[in-house]
Amino acid sequence: MPSDLSPIRDQVRGYILQNLLFTDDASQLPDDVSLLERGIIDSTGVLEIVMFLEETYGIKVKDSDMLPENFDKVDNIARFVARTVDRA
Amino acid sequence: MPGGGLVTVCGIAGFVGVPGRTAEDRATLERMIGTLPHRGPDGKGFHLDAGVGLAHARLSIIDLATGDQPIFNTDETVCTVFNGEIFNYVELRAELSRRGHRFRTESDTEVIVHLYERHGDRFVEHLNGQFAIALWDSRRRRLVLARDRAGIRPLYHATASGRLWFASEIKALLAAVPALGALDPRGLVETFTFWGPVDPDSVFRGVESLPPGHLLAIEADGRRTLTRWWDWTFPEQGGAPPFDSIETATAELRDLLVDAVRLQLRADVPVGAYLSGGLDSSGIVALIRGFTKTPVRTFSIAFEDAEFDESEHQQAMVRHLGTDHTTVLCSKRDIGEAFPALIRHTEAPVLRTAPAPLMLLSRAVRAAGYKVVLTGEGADEVFAGYDLFKEAKVRRFWARQPESRWRPRLLGRLYGYLEHSPVENAAFARAFFGQGREHIARAIFAHVPRWTTSQRALAFLSPEIKAAVGPWDPLAFYEERLPRDITRWTPLARDQYVEAKSLMAAYLLSSQGDRVAMANSVEGRFPYLDHRLIEFANRLPPQWKIRGLTEKHILRRALHGLLPEEILGRTKQPYRAPDAQSFFAGGAPLDFVADLLSAERVRASGYFDAPAVARLFDKCRAGRATGFADNQAFVGILSTMLLDELLVRQKREREPAESLST
Repeated sequence: MPSDLSPIRDQVRGYILQNLLFTDDASQLPDDVSLLERGIIDSTGVLEIVMFLEETYGIKVKDSDMLPENFDKVDNIARFVARTVDRA
Repeated sequence: MPGGGLVTVCGIAGFVGVPGRTAEDRATLERMIGTLPHRGPDGKGFHLDAGVGLAHARLSIIDLATGDQPIFNTDETVCTVFNGEIFNYVELRAELSRRGHRFRTESDTEVIVHLYERHGDRFVEHLNGQFAIALWDSRRRRLVLARDRAGIRPLYHATASGRLWFASEIKALLAAVPALGALDPRGLVETFTFWGPVDPDSVFRGVESLPPGHLLAIEADGRRTLTRWWDWTFPEQGGAPPFDSIETATAELRDLLVDAVRLQLRADVPVGAYLSGGLDSSGIVALIRGFTKTPVRTFSIAFEDAEFDESEHQQAMVRHLGTDHTTVLCSKRDIGEAFPALIRHTEAPVLRTAPAPLMLLSRAVRAAGYKVVLTGEGADEVFAGYDLFKEAKVRRFWARQPESRWRPRLLGRLYGYLEHSPVENAAFARAFFGQGREHIARAIFAHVPRWTTSQRALAFLSPEIKAAVGPWDPLAFYEERLPRDITRWTPLARDQYVEAKSLMAAYLLSSQGDRVAMANSVEGRFPYLDHRLIEFANRLPPQWKIRGLTEKHILRRALHGLLPEEILGRTKQPYRAPDAQSFFAGGAPLDFVADLLSAERVRASGYFDAPAVARLFDKCRAGRATGFADNQAFVGILSTMLLDELLVRQKREREPAESLST
């Protein structure tokens, strides 16, 4: 599955870098770093990510899925998207 | 009111140190005070002697014949210039007269020199008021600068060319010492983190603010002594309760509120009041109506955007109180267009646009012929009204049982007024507010979430500015400036202290207080900041301030019967205004915004990382900046660029050779 994930991961990382960190420098965002702990998102920041995912992948994020486990790391977000797209 | 000796709205400036040529010194003083016409458009006064100069700009309201400053004592050995009000001057004057002091004027200023004769530097302790004072003792050849307890009136100073220069606003210092016209990276970083520079810093390199409640004496030999003569202080945790019952305390509080309002209504001019629609300002107007004969005219701001608008509640109060009322409807465009003028007055970056509508409101006050307004400012600090205090209470409660699923749900009861609330998503709120638990024993615990959010703006600083500041631990930095015994106070007391200094004195009373009122020659008065009320409230047990999660409990009790239930029972809605969206219309930036935030200008100024600013700009223009962090960063960056444009660049181009500091 990792090979399927990498395009999503790149897109998500690119989005967060551009729109939440305002940079192109990918070294600022390792895939396994906690976005909350690093202060990259607060709870309004997660809404922006959710909006981006819904628009980009045509998925619908349910309230019950809005959990730090799904959205706190680039890796987790990519996995969540892959899972949700598969389910649809 | 007796006599009528309060001179409203003033600006002061001056110097002490190496003697110069009289004509030159006079011209310098003229230039300094000439930058403050908004603080006193109607008259100027000067006192010059070898090595000392005092200047005063005055707005004539009353006691025209004798109210000019500087004002002297009987044998003309002590003289003062002063900005502000001494509300208890009537009582002080009577007391001093009984002790044989002779007065030549009806002004409140004159009590200052007589009190100094009698008590030396401890004269300030007798004053109930809001003031910035410069006093020259010609016998001992010493200058005394003093500032009020809460930090209502500003006073800055800088040292250059063997002199100490002082003034109500920084622009007057720049007029004497142009070399001071450079922004200080550390002052910027402090402002971007804590909302205002931390005393005694300012955002201008070499310019210091005299901290609230402090007195600076400069002796004949140049020696300087800085004394803290008053501070917010709280009893140690676990001491005996100071009151029999909450009923006794409530009755005492009501008496104090009435007296504070009565004192602050002393003026020979008609008095206005701001009405936000919340408990605090409604309380002030109700106290005026209920306990004095003073007619009061009320003013409020309304917003087109329902998220910010409180006009429904304002109208309810107007109906209840029957006041003659003016509403200023404020659009996003109004805010954007007023912003450059705002920053010229604040002389500091701001992280929110909320001061701009207040500047437009004071313009309406002035246009209606009013020069004095009473406001509800201070009640949230004195009686613990902010969500931040309740949030900290929940976070502490939760930290005792970190595994609890139920405790963090209490966070959901906060921030109900926000369109994009940080607690909208329970799981994320838990994760966000659950951070920083390791700081629970520290005095800055309550402020960690706020400072974490605002600090995200630091990412936009240029590498050069970051390098100039060096490693930066904001929590430790702030902690070092707190009283030693603060952790012996109750947790709420610690939170209130940090709030009173970081947000209130450094930002609310300045950028959102004195500066935006004085911009239109209007004087704000804040009865909740009467020091007797602060000292009284600081002795109250915390549960009388926040009961459960109801803020300002005892204040609600004290105002009971004066206000309709719907106002008394209202949850605090903080005053806010549209932020980044104010600078774009139909997807296009206002002209000055496009100009100042162009990559070229951002790069040339050197403060910020141009590509990062460009991305934030695009995000705001597209209307995608929804959270506080992005909005605060945008407003902070734009206001810094404006400050650079208005007070650094333009100044440098206009006065290239006029430096005295060489």
